[in-house]
Amino acid sequence: MSRAMDGVRRVDINGAARNLLVGCAYVALLATLLWLAQSTLNNYYLRILAVIGINIILTVSLNLTNGFAGDFSLGIAAFMSIGAYTAALLSLPVAMKTASFPGLPAWLQATSIPFLPATIAGGVMAAIAAVIVGLPVLRLRGHYLAVATLGLMVIVRVVANNWQDVTRGARGINGIPPLSNIWWTFGWAVLTIYVVWMVVHSPYGRAMIAIREDWLAAQARGVNVLRTRLLAFVLSAFFAGVAGALYAHLITAITPSSFSFVITFNIVVMLVVGGMGSITGSVIGAVLLTLLPEGLRQVETALAVGGTPLYGLSQIIIALLAALVMIFRRQGLFGGREIRLPGMVER
Amino acid sequence: MFTPTYVAQQIINGVNLGSMYALIAIGLTMVYGLLRLINFAHGDLLMLGAYLGLLLVSAAFTPLILTLFIPMLAIGFVGILVERLAYRPLRGAPEVTMLITSLAVSSIIENSMVMTVTAQPRAFNLPAGVNQLHTVAGVSFSTLDALTVGLSVALMAALTLYVRNTRTGIAMRAAAENLRAARLMGIDINRVVMVAFFLGSMLAAAAGWLWAAKYSTVEPFMGFLPGLKAFVAAVIGGIGVIPGAVLGGYLLGFAEIFFVGFLPPAYSGYRDAFVFALLLLILLIRPNGILGASTEERA
Repeated sequence: MSRAMDGVRRVDINGAARNLLVGCAYVALLATLLWLAQSTLNNYYLRILAVIGINIILTVSLNLTNGFAGDFSLGIAAFMSIGAYTAALLSLPVAMKTASFPGLPAWLQATSIPFLPATIAGGVMAAIAAVIVGLPVLRLRGHYLAVATLGLMVIVRVVANNWQDVTRGARGINGIPPLSNIWWTFGWAVLTIYVVWMVVHSPYGRAMIAIREDWLAAQARGVNVLRTRLLAFVLSAFFAGVAGALYAHLITAITPSSFSFVITFNIVVMLVVGGMGSITGSVIGAVLLTLLPEGLRQVETALAVGGTPLYGLSQIIIALLAALVMIFRRQGLFGGREIRLPGMVER
Repeated sequence: MFTPTYVAQQIINGVNLGSMYALIAIGLTMVYGLLRLINFAHGDLLMLGAYLGLLLVSAAFTPLILTLFIPMLAIGFVGILVERLAYRPLRGAPEVTMLITSLAVSSIIENSMVMTVTAQPRAFNLPAGVNQLHTVAGVSFSTLDALTVGLSVALMAALTLYVRNTRTGIAMRAAAENLRAARLMGIDINRVVMVAFFLGSMLAAAAGWLWAAKYSTVEPFMGFLPGLKAFVAAVIGGIGVIPGAVLGGYLLGFAEIFFVGFLPPAYSGYRDAFVFALLLLILLIRPNGILGASTEERA
């Protein structure tokens, strides 16, 4: 039926067991590389590396909605923001909360939980927001989701700016414990890839692809369109919330404007450059397009006119890249195909 | 507290804001009706119109009305250019590719402005007479407010006459109803789309000038929120039909002003959140909008 259906043939148990084993070997290889990076790179490069991990989480999970289910969410910034605020409020030390957040509800003021549960709570809150937005919107055809999720971004920013007692408004939250590092971000990235891969190759994933290819036919075959689209959307929101939590604990200070539309747009570009509907493509897109702006920022400074760097240039180049990919190579670099890792059995 | 004068004042403010939303929403709804494209770059044409207006206003160009008409014409052609370069190569491609391209176009326009004129907000000051306040029966409005409403109504009336009576206008309505059938009837779709972009961008530029004059400032990202809200207005009125965009624009303008004007001041910070909560509500109870044909397919 479609390009994405290639390569999802039946697997025998031995193949699955072998894939698991080879997968573990790859994770071990990644761990070795990360350990190597940890012991050789300076903090600046380690931070870029951690951001690469976060962007992989965001791009791969966005692929579920925008690539496989054929919807178009622009909610990354909103979900990240929800995840970041939730996790930061949970993980801040109690002493700091009593000092900086006098208006916080007493139970929250008296709690401080470890990083992992705080991150998961961030993801869960983002997922709840996704249900609220998704239920009215995903019943409809057309790309209302794009506008509704942008609307959610505005709502989140407005609430973060006005809910002084909890968010401290425009002052934001600072002094967030710097718990995030390459191990956390890449750990979550591996988990995201695994979960998305499993979902895509499950009956739910087939249903998503079927809806993308032909909504009416999928519905006629008994696919619950609303439930399937909602699952994709909520799951990707969960991971975006997690990514926001990781990001907050990396940069240690967040304000309502930390999560702007630029982040959403850049993740979308990573996705389309890698190719919507390709998980490996998303990973490569995320890596390339995290490094590109870092390089371009140097160019902006080098091309300074009369002392002011040429701000805007790197964003123009990224946008131009997106437009050119859309016009000349719509399917992205990998066109919905996966790169087969050596040793893995095709599924 | 809510004296008749106060209520009348709020109505004036609502009409004012609604006129601007309506002007922006018309372009969005025309393009959506023809191409099923949510044109995220629409708000940026508004911004370009405002900047061009600022350029002419600060050069003390006279008569003043030309500082509005020249940007309208110029941005109309920019709209055609954007369609030609970015959207036409994608005709027939999946809807989502055009959507992504429009995001890219928006980003390119915004950041080109950041690069050339910097992100620094600039003051948009009209000659003193224009902001003069008039008070009729306790309700006050400026000359600019009167101009906003008068001009918007005139432009919308002209557009309605055009779409109702000219060959291109009729072709446009036919194409919005059913693109394929219209093409089979020999309608030149490229021409219709071009005209829609020209007219829509023109109205966006007018709205940009009026918006900048009302809030006395321009900056490269000023088009984002009005563009997004105008889309909400178009959905409220029924996306794809021009009268729907006008109705939705005014309704949204009233709703927003009343939200701020009649609720305790503590809520006024949530004004923008209210608009998008309204969108979710509309999509839940009446996704085709008020004037939209009930063709929307649902799961």
